[in-house]
Amino acid sequence: MSRSNASAATRVSSFVLLIIFVTLALALAALVLAIYLYDTAPGVAVYWLLLGFIGLALSTYVLFQTRQRILRLRIEMPPITTTIECKKCGFKSVREFQRGDYVFKEVEPCQKCNEKMIITAIYREVREKGKAPTFPY
Amino acid sequence: MNIVAALFVLKNQLLQFPGGDIFSQILTLIIYAFIFISIFYGQRIQLYIMLREVEGSLYKLKYIRDEGRRIAIETIKEIGKPQTDPSARVDRFLEYFTIAPQSLDPAGVVWKLEHILDVRDTRFKDEVKLLAPAADETQANNLENTLEAAMALNYIYKVIRHYYLLGKKTLSLYIIMQIQMILPLVMREAEAYASALKAFAYGQPIGDGVGALVAAKLMHGHQTRKVPKDCVVAEVPFEGRTAYVIKAEGPGGNVGKPGDAIKTIIEENEGKIANIIMIDAALKLEGEEVGEVAEGVGAAIGGPGVDQFKIEETILKYRIPINAVIIKEDIGDAVSPMRKEVFEAADKAIERIRQVILERTREGDKVIIAGVGNTIGIGQ
Repeated sequence: MSRSNASAATRVSSFVLLIIFVTLALALAALVLAIYLYDTAPGVAVYWLLLGFIGLALSTYVLFQTRQRILRLRIEMPPITTTIECKKCGFKSVREFQRGDYVFKEVEPCQKCNEKMIITAIYREVREKGKAPTFPY
Repeated sequence: MNIVAALFVLKNQLLQFPGGDIFSQILTLIIYAFIFISIFYGQRIQLYIMLREVEGSLYKLKYIRDEGRRIAIETIKEIGKPQTDPSARVDRFLEYFTIAPQSLDPAGVVWKLEHILDVRDTRFKDEVKLLAPAADETQANNLENTLEAAMALNYIYKVIRHYYLLGKKTLSLYIIMQIQMILPLVMREAEAYASALKAFAYGQPIGDGVGALVAAKLMHGHQTRKVPKDCVVAEVPFEGRTAYVIKAEGPGGNVGKPGDAIKTIIEENEGKIANIIMIDAALKLEGEEVGEVAEGVGAAIGGPGVDQFKIEETILKYRIPINAVIIKEDIGDAVSPMRKEVFEAADKAIERIRQVILERTREGDKVIIAGVGNTIGIGQ
């Protein structure tokens, strides 16, 4: 369980990348060849066209999947906000969570009335990316 | 040439039988080979695709597990100031297991389970003290929770790895299929524990603590006293009634033993309690809103069942009605830092408690309000 093992999960094999790019290059070459052969041998050109498109689709798909895997491996930590309130004058301030904060903890005195303020809320806000469609009933 | 003509040529080429040009023969051979492979090796190909899918998730689980371990060690070093490197001890901790008591004769199994859980709890607390000698009680509780989350991640990773390797070894479609089918749910749980790790390490309130938050809001500003085990109670005047508000002692990561606390309060009052209201976070079904408040009857408490059993035994003895108010959230929200919707639902839950008390009790009655859940990041 060392650090090198931890990074192994996020690492993309250079051999896989080489294969992807070689396939991509060959696919592009097949497409170019298909264009050249189109007037002289249309039957053969169609095969090259087919091969080219299949190669192109496969290599871009694998490349996209590899990138997605790296993106998915990140643990996202949303920002946590702490709300501090003065019970006497109602002054409210919101700041980022700091280690040691807890709900109902007494913190620094109020800027307005010098009374001790307390933490009244600690939460995270979630911004829904693309909300899944809900069932209409 | 236009596209129609090209497609016509393609059709002619694809349908041509051997004997045509070399490309047609190759293509026909490929099609035959494809059919042959599909018939005889289709299942095996499917198996490899599934194995690959499980392998991808296993990589992610390994990453999450290693991150969990790293966070736990870093937090111990930062807070606990140990004299030696805690890595080896943390690795040993991650492998701890608990053997459930034998239930062939189920009579008395709850007490046996309680004893085993108490031993486990004491062992964990001692281990955390050794790992982090400089940590105070709150920090030690948070560290214990962090290590438990890391332990859960380690266990999930090992189980999935076991089935992956077993499937690979036996090439059994059914072993791989089972794990591949439950994988999305397992991954959701693992991701939830991963976000819980940081919440525990920093002492942030988690979704599961919404019951404790409700109780904390009700008891704030009133005198509290400790009740067994690891709980606090405050006597709060509420709509002309006396409410005994109970929660686990915060702000460290702690769930306490609400079963013992409720039993103590009932016995202190010789069973003269008009109603018990329990508040807890509950798993929502897909389609339900996060932070939805619902009401029902029964002991709203999760865990291994020991506390629920004790509460049910005591209320049966004194014939005390029990009501429950739950706040809905999914597994991810329950163990990760508290969402704004869940936090705001605490006030809605208090309103619901008020309604229940007004409808179900009379002025001058005594009621128990118990906020259940992990009180990490929530004081009183």
